[in-house]
Amino acid sequence: MFDGLSEKLRGIIKDLKGHGTLSEANIESVLKEVRLALLEADVNFTVVKEFISRVKGKALGQDVLLSVTPAQQFIKVVRDELAATLGETASELEFKGRPPVIMLAGLQGSGKTTTTAKLARLLKGKGRNPYVVPADLARPAAVLQLQKLSEEIKVDCFDVAGRKDPVDICTEALRVAKIKGYDTVLVDTAGRLHIDAALMDELKGLKEILSPSEVLLVADSMTGQDAVRTAQGFDEAIGLTGVILTKLDSDARGGAALSMRISTGKPIKFIGVSEKTDGLEVFHPDRMAGRILGMGDVLTLVEKAQAAIEEKDARELEKKIKKDTFTLDDFREHLGQIKRMGSLDSILSMIPGFGALKKAKGLKVDEKEISRIEAIINSMTAKERKTPGILNAGRRARIARGSGRTVQDVNRLVKQYGQMRDMMKRFKKGGMRSLKNILPV
Amino acid sequence: MNLTARLKARLARTHNAIMGGIESVLGMGTRKESLERLEEALITADVGVKTSSEIVGALKEGFKWDKEGLSERLRASISGLLKEVESPLVIPPGVVPFVIMVLGVNGVGKTTTIGKLASRFSSMGKSVILGAGDTFRAAAIEQLEIWGERAGCPVIKHSHGGDPGAVAFDAVKSAVAKKTDVVILDTAGRLHTKVNLMEELKKIKKVVNREIPSAPHENLLVVDASTGQNALNQAKLFNEYVGVTGIVITKLDGTAKGGIIVPIARELKIPIRFIGVGEGVDDLKEFNAGEFADALI
Repeated sequence: MFDGLSEKLRGIIKDLKGHGTLSEANIESVLKEVRLALLEADVNFTVVKEFISRVKGKALGQDVLLSVTPAQQFIKVVRDELAATLGETASELEFKGRPPVIMLAGLQGSGKTTTTAKLARLLKGKGRNPYVVPADLARPAAVLQLQKLSEEIKVDCFDVAGRKDPVDICTEALRVAKIKGYDTVLVDTAGRLHIDAALMDELKGLKEILSPSEVLLVADSMTGQDAVRTAQGFDEAIGLTGVILTKLDSDARGGAALSMRISTGKPIKFIGVSEKTDGLEVFHPDRMAGRILGMGDVLTLVEKAQAAIEEKDARELEKKIKKDTFTLDDFREHLGQIKRMGSLDSILSMIPGFGALKKAKGLKVDEKEISRIEAIINSMTAKERKTPGILNAGRRARIARGSGRTVQDVNRLVKQYGQMRDMMKRFKKGGMRSLKNILPV
Repeated sequence: MNLTARLKARLARTHNAIMGGIESVLGMGTRKESLERLEEALITADVGVKTSSEIVGALKEGFKWDKEGLSERLRASISGLLKEVESPLVIPPGVVPFVIMVLGVNGVGKTTTIGKLASRFSSMGKSVILGAGDTFRAAAIEQLEIWGERAGCPVIKHSHGGDPGAVAFDAVKSAVAKKTDVVILDTAGRLHTKVNLMEELKKIKKVVNREIPSAPHENLLVVDASTGQNALNQAKLFNEYVGVTGIVITKLDGTAKGGIIVPIARELKIPIRFIGVGEGVDDLKEFNAGEFADALI
């Protein structure tokens, strides 16, 4: 996500680095490029204008002129302004009321039902006891969809039992939730157009009944110029408390994030990053700004790595690398850790520069590759894993048969492992807790 | 209200935006500035920076510099571009069954479009079979079944999580056996950037192709009108993987302008078959370049 914009901005910044000083004319030309990049990223036209004038104001001010390295300073101004526009801090959900209600609304196809389930799963993981309520009676089988998803994530779902009216459903669901003691109620509503007065009125009515502590707009990150009108339309009608941006695992440049944030002032709280029910992440405006600028979302990566790898394991790995006793067993263990961090694609796109690299080389990440490598390693004997030097042609042929791969695949793996060891030797001096240096790609 | 009038009414906001643009354009000082404003108006309609600037760039000469002259010229230019891709979906006589595979990213309205298509063909007196190929999303099969009921046509399905290729195979087999006129295969929504899922689509196509060498006869890509520049990437990648032979633009009843059609038409020259203008079963209309340009400008 945001690849295109990141690359664009990186290109611009690279151009700028050669100049040494920042003249006003200089800024003008750079800003023009930034403007183009933002427009190509689907940031709304008016929003771009506003953003440009803000950055310009700041860049022409003291901040830049007093700086020793104007290029860096300018990057900082753009980055800071992007971060400020997206909202400076991560915004948490509020849980007010008994029980607190979270209402999800949005256009058709933005991903409300999937997101409802994802959010329920996320909250359940944080120790809450959520209750999901299917109030979308317009789309065929939408109720069933939420029922099935809630079964999958083991969260209770309100039984609609033939009710035909969302108002009726919400009233009854709220009653049941109080009796049964759920501490969070998530309500999935039908998709509707922000200009459909009748349906927007219905939504207002639901809001009155639910008095939700959160009213979240679920919006597609691939949305174009219209993002502003959609967000404003919903905000004016039902008073949003935040936005969930979906389908960010696409290659959309995601300008809608900026557009919606600036046009409603409401924070983006979560982002959807996969079709699976665990694909919801907290939105970090500051990191996202870094990402837009092509600095990579190192913070998220580090955080994810920390969650996946026990500190102890990391130290162990580091020790092994330093001692040069990194075996294929360790390699396999390491792959397992990477797998736990999420999809390869999402991890790689957080690494600075990788977005550009991927695009330039037309690189495609095959999620199954790790499993294939694991299969090969699993087909080795313990001895072979410890001392890969003994892998002769005969052994390699056996391993290939055992893992369902070809001998060439086995050869490639052994070669990669060798390269990785070499690389690690070079990293020996500096401690290397950061995973990005040893990704097997 | 007929569909054209409805479409016009529904595109009214777009209309106002660009015409408003033209009006304020004429109030501006120099022609250069005026044209810049016009370019802005097109960008705001999601036409994209490059295409907008090229369209406006080509406007400079040979028309009267007033509201009518300018809008007529702009209209002609856009409708000319779109005319090249105005090509209705025609089922050639003797092709039985005619197999349509429906593709697109998540949430664009594939299943709804299939429901509308099924009704359309049914009302033309053709028999239709639907293949519930979205075995991934929870309740997608049931959603299609409801549309099948509405259109009065059978739905071939497997269980949730099943192989979509096998569903396609069964649907086509069944159509051949029953001499059904049209097979419409639903597929799971997939982001064009997911290699594995795009490969799966190739496989489904291959399965169909093995049964009927000329099939699928139509690979119909569904694009959401509110999508920005990414729709071009979508069209490109789906085209690269399985070859897109037709496009449906959905959700044109919102405030989104669907301007992304213009660069898609220009770059890829893929026929635009239908536009979706509402959730009702009849809210699918054949694409008409002149009408679209009219409604847009």
